[in-house]
Amino acid sequence: MEMHVTNLACTRGGLRVLEGVSFRVSPGQALVLRGPNGIGKTTLLRTLAGLQPADAGSVDPGPEAMAYASHADGNKATLTVGENLTFWARLHGMTDIGAALRDFNLETLVERPGGSLSAGQKRRLGLARMAVTGRPIWLFDEPTVSLDTDSVALFAAAITRHLDAGGSAVIATHIDLGLQGEVLQLGPFKAEAPQHADDFHEAFL
Amino acid sequence: MIALLKRDLALAVRAGGGFGLALAFFLIVVTLTPFAVGPNSATLSVIAAGILWLGALLSCLLSLDRILALDFEDGSLELLATAPIPLEGVAATKAVAHWLTTGLPLTLVAPALGVLLNLPEGGYLWLTLSLAIGTPALSVIGTFGAALTVGLKRGGLLLSLIVLPLYVPTLIFGAEVARRGAEGMSLDTPLAILAGITLATIALLPFASAAAIRINLR
Amino acid sequence: MSERLTRPTSLWEYANPRRFMALSGFLLPWVAIGTAATLLIGLVWGFFFTPDDYRQGSTVKIIYVHVPSAMIAINCWLMMLITSLVWLIRRHHVSALAAKAAAPIGATMTVIALLTGAIWGQPMWGTWWAWDPRLTSFLILFLFYLGYMALWAAVENPDTAAELTSVLCIVGSVFAVLSRYALVFWNQGLHQGASLSLDKEENVSDVFYWPLLLCIAGFVGFFILLILIRTRTEVRARRLQALIARERMA
Repeated sequence: MEMHVTNLACTRGGLRVLEGVSFRVSPGQALVLRGPNGIGKTTLLRTLAGLQPADAGSVDPGPEAMAYASHADGNKATLTVGENLTFWARLHGMTDIGAALRDFNLETLVERPGGSLSAGQKRRLGLARMAVTGRPIWLFDEPTVSLDTDSVALFAAAITRHLDAGGSAVIATHIDLGLQGEVLQLGPFKAEAPQHADDFHEAFL
Repeated sequence: MIALLKRDLALAVRAGGGFGLALAFFLIVVTLTPFAVGPNSATLSVIAAGILWLGALLSCLLSLDRILALDFEDGSLELLATAPIPLEGVAATKAVAHWLTTGLPLTLVAPALGVLLNLPEGGYLWLTLSLAIGTPALSVIGTFGAALTVGLKRGGLLLSLIVLPLYVPTLIFGAEVARRGAEGMSLDTPLAILAGITLATIALLPFASAAAIRINLR
Repeated sequence: MSERLTRPTSLWEYANPRRFMALSGFLLPWVAIGTAATLLIGLVWGFFFTPDDYRQGSTVKIIYVHVPSAMIAINCWLMMLITSLVWLIRRHHVSALAAKAAAPIGATMTVIALLTGAIWGQPMWGTWWAWDPRLTSFLILFLFYLGYMALWAAVENPDTAAELTSVLCIVGSVFAVLSRYALVFWNQGLHQGASLSLDKEENVSDVFYWPLLLCIAGFVGFFILLILIRTRTEVRARRLQALIARERMA
């Protein structure tokens, strides 16, 4: 499934941060988002995931094709690794979590409660969740935070496997994961201060 | 939705879920009442039905902020919003889970606590029935309040302030059923209205809750 | 602000903050003068030039404050409901700000109605407070206002706050009406019937009627005046925020 983003504008806290963002991602490709802090990488990813409405422009396909991994992993301390993952799988109508456990090297941790995992292990569990959603387009927001070198390699391998299977990914990261695809610098899309006082969001000026 | 319900129930039952807290609070309220109004059993039997309803309502209030706040903090609410089930379904499921872990146990222990307060003999059936019919509305309304305040850091007190006025009709008709039952009066009308309130809130409020969650996640 | 505004082609255009500021700035002194005149005439007429009631004595004169404030207290919530709906459907910022501006006024009017009612009730019913459905529903209305204002105050992002309070206002309205009927069911009260109604039989007698009508008109004017002033303040506050945000972005 090819992803088209056309002329997208996003707002954060009532202020437009990005505008005119256009790109396309073909199956088997990964798009890496780059840009200085505060440019709006998270805002863009949240808009793609359908968590906040786009100010302008269009995203095709819609949020139902995307799986989103934010800074927070959304796993429960009192549930085991297996239970956490099974829950997300069943929520998405999937049953098999074996492959995801294998890909992120979690097999030995299945019975451990989420609360007893290290930061890196929690992160791996959070990323493994993407594999059980069955969705073609994966959105990652700084996925490699608190991962060691081995885990980063594991993560890159899992993404590559997903891409090879015809999926695609949009990743906000500063690390070179060696993936097939392009890099998009968000700097040029930074929203200008509006020129017209009648502009909707600046109507107060 | 079944998966979500199962997860929420598992979370509530395991350590740190706060399950049983509401029951303990209910017991304390009922225990403290005679200290406040005196041990006269005639007085207690007059106010028993009302105190039990008020106690159940306050106990229910106690656990409302856990309905969504925990999921908001660890990011799973955001992930639930991107999941294939509609957010309205999430809100409704959360309310059901809250009722199963709070409203239902409160309903079941209420008759036992009724003994402590000298509830008249005819009242037990109607007290239990009115709680069984009325407490689902408390959970659904409470979920709406939790949805409104989910993004706030100090939302607990605000949640009570918002939810308590919304509890007024449910409390009035619920306690009316219990009171009339205890006094052996006819109670068809308040019982029917109480059931109506519960059904209407279950049918409509999840939409408002989902809208509030969506706004708060933005 | 110095640019010329084009002629409006639809009523909705007054929802543009700049147009609202221009129009409300023009209206403000006229509303103020009209309100002052109406209130002054109504209150002086009512307090000094109407006879005492044969049963209630001079305490009846509190009606000139009690009834108008009670009417404003209820209709203020109605206004908030309408402006909330306008914000949710048409996304006019001024509408949301008007709802925010109205809430404290409504809460104050509710308190005034409750206090004057208590002062009136003491000599009439021999008690400051009774759990009569009308009195109780005003107390609950006050609680609704408190919750609504607290939610506005607690949410930082003004647009999020506007949306959440709008949802609360709509849901709250349904529950407020429900509570009203629940209270009537719960306790048949001792409050007298409506002071004003189209049904002539129930009306207050003619001597009190006209000054009361003037007082109500005066209170409505006063309400509009306060709404305009407070909404203008809110618009200016938002403008300030927008300026600061733009500064930060540049």
